[in-house]
Amino acid sequence: MPRLKSIADWFEQRLQIGRAVNEALTHPIPRKSASWWYVFGSAALTLFILQVFTGILLALIYVPSAAEAWNSLQFLNHGVTLGWFLRAVHGWGSNFMVAVVLIHLCQVFLFGAYKFPRELTWVVGVFLLLMTLGMAFTGQVLRFDQDAYWGLGIGASITSRVPFLGGPLVHLLLGGPIIAGTTLSRFFALHVFLIPGLLIALVSLHLLLVLKLGINEWPMPGRVVRRSTYVKEYQEMTHKDGLPFVPAAIWKDMFFSAAIIVSVMACAWFFGPFGPTGYPDPTIVQTIPKPDFFFLWLYAMLALLPPSVETPALLIGPVIVIGFLILLPFLSGEGEKSWRRRPVAVVTLLLVVVALGTFTQLATYSPWSPIMNAWSGDPVPVEYLNGRSPLERQGALVFQVKQCRNCHSIGGSGGKRGPALDKVATKLNHDQLVRQVIQGGGNMPAYGKNLNPAEVTALVSFLETLRPSNQPAARDASQAVLTEKERNRPPANGR
Amino acid sequence: MSDQEKKEVSRRDLFTKIGMMLNGLAVVILATPVVGYLLSPVLGGDRGQYKRWITLGELDEFPEGQTRLAKFQNPIAGVSDGETDHIPCWVRRIQGEQFQVFAINCAHLGCPVRWFAQSGLFMCPCHGGVYYQDGSRASGPPPRGLFEYQYKVEGGKLMIEAGQLPTLSTTASLGARKSGCQG
Repeated sequence: MPRLKSIADWFEQRLQIGRAVNEALTHPIPRKSASWWYVFGSAALTLFILQVFTGILLALIYVPSAAEAWNSLQFLNHGVTLGWFLRAVHGWGSNFMVAVVLIHLCQVFLFGAYKFPRELTWVVGVFLLLMTLGMAFTGQVLRFDQDAYWGLGIGASITSRVPFLGGPLVHLLLGGPIIAGTTLSRFFALHVFLIPGLLIALVSLHLLLVLKLGINEWPMPGRVVRRSTYVKEYQEMTHKDGLPFVPAAIWKDMFFSAAIIVSVMACAWFFGPFGPTGYPDPTIVQTIPKPDFFFLWLYAMLALLPPSVETPALLIGPVIVIGFLILLPFLSGEGEKSWRRRPVAVVTLLLVVVALGTFTQLATYSPWSPIMNAWSGDPVPVEYLNGRSPLERQGALVFQVKQCRNCHSIGGSGGKRGPALDKVATKLNHDQLVRQVIQGGGNMPAYGKNLNPAEVTALVSFLETLRPSNQPAARDASQAVLTEKERNRPPANGR
Repeated sequence: MSDQEKKEVSRRDLFTKIGMMLNGLAVVILATPVVGYLLSPVLGGDRGQYKRWITLGELDEFPEGQTRLAKFQNPIAGVSDGETDHIPCWVRRIQGEQFQVFAINCAHLGCPVRWFAQSGLFMCPCHGGVYYQDGSRASGPPPRGLFEYQYKVEGGKLMIEAGQLPTLSTTASLGARKSGCQG
């Protein structure tokens, strides 16, 4: 022991940081802030360290070349001892990191921690969030498979919508005219050097600010932040009724971080690594690209935004959202911190969470996408064919062969792009069905050029059978009135 | 004494300032090639330098009245491209030497559209864009029809002018419809 002490003293004599470290560790925090609600920031840091660590290990094998990347991932998965596990830890670690950073943001927002004097801490945090998302996206690109390839295409297509500069920006993003070797190289540089470097710098700044300004106190309704008095009040709170960070609070951080790491490893062990999906060869067009979990909401929004507002929403939306986040502490730097006294903040957050959650949930089954093999894969249910006339059965055949099924489901299978057609005959009458098939409309292509009259007749006669037996077929009410009148009218030569 | 001290300080001050200026100058001199290097994808691609005429195949590989998938090697390729510089496209031979060559990329966000001959439609698997056989938009989110390559027939071969990923803003120099170039 004395030897250990003398070694420590030797270093301390030269480094002279012992006192500073000690002060940082034992800095006083408000009594109620030693809470389980305050563990997300440190968990995000732990996950970041895990990501750096596993990332370096993966870089021992991974080859950042469009020709080799996919093969090197396969080699990691199958050829290197526990390579699959490290890939899985890095992939799940990424998902956990995005999730924890988002939870941290919500908690800090609800606790009013961005208010005076912690505005800069918040602003740095906003950039840390953006960089975390940047790491998630660039990481998905490094998993150079079909999803990555076409994901880059989507990125380029969004970029191309920038007015005037769109073209040059696309080439700058891709590092050339097409998605190819140089594209992967630059995303590798971003993912491995640039963004992590910035992250390390900004995380350090974020932590320094937390230490300098002290951790946010537990918000109490009625305890109002004022620029003139806050610092003094906080000093009193921490010095009269405070606790040292070590050991009062740090054990909770450590417990939670450990739990998170164990959870990441459990997910990695039981669910395995992400992909890679198909080989990144653009000539394989039989592919259905999909982004990773944390970009699913964006995928859904891109499908659901009306085309006319899509470009402005894509280009102006992020500016507004990021601008709002950065300006927030300057717009509302004082006042109540407690969520009980900030209904607008709570409702806004709930709205955003519910919207993003809904978009994400929708994107898991993407009802807006045609199901490309429904026409050849899903049979027409037998009960829809029983006792039907030859013409109606021929119509069922047309229904399958003309890929109607890719967008319309019957009997519960098929695409969800258009409405399910199990009850279509209760909604549209014969004439309306013919018109809809031939002219399309309401987001349906017109089939007039691709169906001959015989096929239309057969198809419509099949569609007219699609109704439950206890529901009447749709009828043209005005036509019915006319025919009724016709019948009741006395004959012209009635006299 | 105070005079002398002032003098010395201002002398050091001067050298500090000169030192800063020298470093600033060095940064500017260094920045010029760095910026040029970083912008090389843009500067290299200006004025249609990415476009080349390339052969897609013999005419009789494309039966009249049909739409077929064709593949070509991108004229600008790098050492580490792997398969990524093999680009697919849809070739519609209307009749004789009348063609339409469509980019594989959906005009919405670039996903690969698939051709369904039976219904005469191109469908996109990502966000549900649908196009008619002539490439015009049928339904869904795409803001326009499919991107088309310029084509010409030479010596019994179908050639297209290609070289860059078609998007909403890189299409003009590719399809060259707006700039008035002809194939």
